[in-house]
Amino acid sequence: MFGLDKKDTSMLIIVAILTLFAPFILNPFPTESAMAQFNAGYPDLMQRFVIFGIFAIGFNILFGLTGYLSFGHAAFLGVGSYSAVWMFKLIGMNVIPAIMLSVIVAGLFALLIGFVSLRRSGIYFSILTLAFAQMSFNLAYSVLTPITNGETGLQLTLEDPRVLGVSATADGSIPVTNLFGLEMRSTFELALGPWAFQFNAGYYLCALIMLAAFYLAIRIFRSPFGMMLRAVKSNQQRMNYTGLNTRPYTLAAFVISGMYAGLAGGLMASMDPLAGAERMQWTASGEVVLMTILGGAGTLIGPVLGAGFIKYFENIFSKINDNVLHTWFSFLPDGMEDAVVFIIHPFIGKGWHLTLGILFMLVVIFLPGGLVEGGQRIKGWLSRRKAKDSGKAAGETNPAE
Amino acid sequence: MDAILLQILNGLDKGSAYALIALGLTLIFGTLGVVNFAHGALFMIGAFCAVTLQRILNLSFELVDETQKDFLGNPLKVKTPYVEAWFGPDIGGSIIDWAVPLAILFAIPIMIGVGYVMERGLIKHFYKRPHADQILVTFGLAIVLQEVVKYFYGANPIQTPAPDALNGVVNLGAAIGMDIVYPVWRVVYFFFAVLIIGGIFSFLQFTTFGMVVRAGMADRETVGLLGINIDRRFTIMFGIAAAVAGLAGVMYTPINSPNYHMGMDFLVLSFVVVVVGGMGSLPGAVLAGFLLGVLESFASMNEIKSLIPGIDQIIIYVVAIIILLTRPRGLMGRKGVMED
Amino acid sequence: MSKFDVSRRRVLKSGAIAGAGVALPTIFTASSAAAFTNEPTGGSVTLGFNVPQTGPYADEGADELRAYELAVEHLNGGGDGGMMNTFSSKALQGNGILGKKVEYVTGDTQTKSDAARASAKSMIEKDGAVMITGGSSSGVAIAVQGLCQEAGVIFMAGLTHSNDTTGKDKKANGFRHFFNGYMSGAALAPVLKNLYGTDRIAYHLTADYTWGWTQEESIAAATEALGWQTVNKVRTPLAATDFSSYIAPVLNSGADVLVLNHYGGNMVNSLTNAVQFGLREKVVNGKNFEIVVPLYSRLMAKGAGENVKGIHGSTNWHWTLQDEGSKAFVKSFGTKYGFPPSQAAHTCYVQTMLYADAVERAGSFNPCAVVEALEGFEFDGMGNGPTLYRAEDHQCFKDVLVVRGKENPTSEFDLLEVVEVTPRAQVEYAPDHPMFAGGNLGACNPGA
Repeated sequence: MFGLDKKDTSMLIIVAILTLFAPFILNPFPTESAMAQFNAGYPDLMQRFVIFGIFAIGFNILFGLTGYLSFGHAAFLGVGSYSAVWMFKLIGMNVIPAIMLSVIVAGLFALLIGFVSLRRSGIYFSILTLAFAQMSFNLAYSVLTPITNGETGLQLTLEDPRVLGVSATADGSIPVTNLFGLEMRSTFELALGPWAFQFNAGYYLCALIMLAAFYLAIRIFRSPFGMMLRAVKSNQQRMNYTGLNTRPYTLAAFVISGMYAGLAGGLMASMDPLAGAERMQWTASGEVVLMTILGGAGTLIGPVLGAGFIKYFENIFSKINDNVLHTWFSFLPDGMEDAVVFIIHPFIGKGWHLTLGILFMLVVIFLPGGLVEGGQRIKGWLSRRKAKDSGKAAGETNPAE
Repeated sequence: MDAILLQILNGLDKGSAYALIALGLTLIFGTLGVVNFAHGALFMIGAFCAVTLQRILNLSFELVDETQKDFLGNPLKVKTPYVEAWFGPDIGGSIIDWAVPLAILFAIPIMIGVGYVMERGLIKHFYKRPHADQILVTFGLAIVLQEVVKYFYGANPIQTPAPDALNGVVNLGAAIGMDIVYPVWRVVYFFFAVLIIGGIFSFLQFTTFGMVVRAGMADRETVGLLGINIDRRFTIMFGIAAAVAGLAGVMYTPINSPNYHMGMDFLVLSFVVVVVGGMGSLPGAVLAGFLLGVLESFASMNEIKSLIPGIDQIIIYVVAIIILLTRPRGLMGRKGVMED
Repeated sequence: MSKFDVSRRRVLKSGAIAGAGVALPTIFTASSAAAFTNEPTGGSVTLGFNVPQTGPYADEGADELRAYELAVEHLNGGGDGGMMNTFSSKALQGNGILGKKVEYVTGDTQTKSDAARASAKSMIEKDGAVMITGGSSSGVAIAVQGLCQEAGVIFMAGLTHSNDTTGKDKKANGFRHFFNGYMSGAALAPVLKNLYGTDRIAYHLTADYTWGWTQEESIAAATEALGWQTVNKVRTPLAATDFSSYIAPVLNSGADVLVLNHYGGNMVNSLTNAVQFGLREKVVNGKNFEIVVPLYSRLMAKGAGENVKGIHGSTNWHWTLQDEGSKAFVKSFGTKYGFPPSQAAHTCYVQTMLYADAVERAGSFNPCAVVEALEGFEFDGMGNGPTLYRAEDHQCFKDVLVVRGKENPTSEFDLLEVVEVTPRAQVEYAPDHPMFAGGNLGACNPGA
């Protein structure tokens, strides 16, 4: 189907089902239950899951295929966000032109930086990309404030021209982002017994775009172009000796992954029209590197998993506080309750970084191929069990992807 | 003229910190080939060795003074450090006063121990893993170390002053008839850095141990085939690198009050310094450290800022880009080290 | 946010999801009849406390959180009631807000606009928070204020000192109790004049982002009005840790006052560096060289240690104040946590009380009703003397403190001493003052 082989098709279908039913899957606990704290099925976080998924998929096209480790990819995301917000300020609140512009601007920016940085390889390339991104961040935070609004981040105001829209709505507020009239923030709430599920227009737009981006990534991975990029990863020198100039291929991969980042940035701004300079800081670039490695670099689904993993911890664990803990463990006797809360306390709320750091280490120590390998091991274990039942020998675990 | 000399001094001073951190990093990263994102954390732990020693020396017993009241109106508890009680206020007081220099002695064994445990317990298993995995595990470790420090010491900066005797300013220009007033501790820091750098170089240059390590850096396999236990030596090198980063941190505390994220602040910079210096080159790292320090100081001069607004924000990165584009392997890099 | 209008409902109804909803009889759509975003329907109301829990301001955030927990305790009738006993408005009963028990959720702003908005959004979308409060920087305050305006909930700003928060970025749903850069300048100027005279040359070092700029502008204007000259205004990168290369040029600039428009870690480092370079022992133009830190915080003063002694600045509030409100607050905070509260804790506690009181008086959680109750509200007994929440820009006007680093601190909390309580009249300004121009409150937004 769609020019994919059977395995890829089934993966795409699984991803499609997971994303489309995410509001159900991510809200497994009834709203009033103590476990509702772990529910992630609210619009903002679901949007973040798929947007950072797009970002990580794009990053993986460069890193997973060519082995070039860019440490400045957040710059493209930031540039994409700024372009989108400027479109909202100047043209109007429809998200399509904003997203298109952000992809184009990020692509051009990537072309420029890639052209310069790809003259070097290995760590030298990484540091060049890092340097460009840090320059963008530092300037955006300070001297470029007229364009970027610095510390606060670029916001919409009631005075923006918006030539194809209105500066302010009839009731005196700033108009909201929409897709031909469908407001991105409009949410349909479905209460099903004790459960509540939220279906958000913006999320579904992001989800559809992510599926398209995912499909495109599969096609790139399976294409002759993708083969060429893998060849660059395995031995660039040999490629050069055969008289083949690899630079156009790597540059193309760099620009494509920059455009993915721009797309993610544009979507972020479309869901919440604010573009902050921190989006370009090295920590943000580092985050996408971590997402990709954590999920499994070079695999198709890994980066998306990694993105979900990190964003989940950032948004869910940081919100657990002692008060919540006491509610959870209130069934214990008093002294024991306090002791349990005391033990867990350092890992939640303000300690969410600690939990994340420990998990990074555990994953990389015990699952060298990232979360994808974890999934494969579970699959292998299940199939071995099944094989035992039917008396057949277990097969080898599948290679990554 | 005075202004330029002052900025050169500032640059050398910043450069000393950069060079020391980069020296340790290049021992691990440029030679052992481990992308160590926890290196900044080692610097931070060093600084907190000084804080810890200061806290230990200030350990106090409390006496209730009925004549004074605390903010809630209860009798005030007056604290007296044990050190002062044991040695008398004079000697005890000056021991507390000299906490930071004393912390050097305190930090060396701790840092070597930290480096040893880190290498044996974790890094050793990652020599043959892809760089990506090294990034993830060391970044995770850096976060964990940082959060542990935050848990015990809080997020605010903690003041750790230099001894009173070294706290003032000195006129360095008096001999040549100029007025160049400079903080004493910063001069101390510069000479300390020079001493450590010189020590590491002569250690690697003039001892058999150093010779073996250098040979191991160049060709690990061959040295291993000669029957030399290169692994053990690399462990020791890791410990030394950790100690260098830690000492840089100890001595840095009076310049800026340490806080738990100071390691992350220096992390990116130290990678830039090492790469600009060239992978696998110790002199390159030191040179790049001082070069970037001096250029950064010049860029923050008002005359230059008025010519190019915001240049002080980006000078490090501009210089890095220019050097890496004109010299493919940085200032003094060796061919084939982490180029693919 | 279940926000509906006719056109959108039609769009959704044509969708498969809504179709399924119609098909199954057990399903009902929730709260589309709500009058405003997150209208509390049960026996409790949820407030969102959005403070920095990681990053350089984590300790300040932790103190804010303590204050919020204390405020919730008092609102629900626990503890000794704190400032509820001294507050001039007696609407609060200690039975929650409008009889609903106060519950809260917490989040981490990370002192980043993006993260702060994400956290606030999750409070609004997931937890049903009807009010968001907190924060430790102006960038975050302005970003979250914008979000709350769009979402239709009330924002009660925490620590934010930039003129822009209630200036060009003011919003109808946002309120600030903390003081601002202009007020710092207005309060400091007379004190500086008494101490250092009218013939001074000032050199500014300014953190290179919007808060720094507005403070620099405010202080320079106030001191120039005294007759001081400003010889230079130098911007320093936010990421700077070693300020030596910015301090060195001060030595030969002819300036005799250094103004440090820095906050947090920047302020600790720049002040430490300035003292290292012997600026305080220097004599220029026949006068002692002086350093001024316009925005002081006790938590930061602790980081700079010895170096703050004798250095002047301004704060919103300090725990040594002797009015009834401050004493009551310090007592209940100190009893609960064992140390006195910071100014950040104070402003957050007061903001929560003011919100709760406004809801009681309005008789509704509807943001527009709350806005109406807060606009032009005059109150007392909250630690800063008689205070006005001005209707035109939602800024509180109250006395401002000028403080000095204490020479002989008696404890680790006793770092600042109050030099002067500048009366409110002296720090007031017209709503259309040029430093605050360009903004537009807009209309209050109740959401749904």
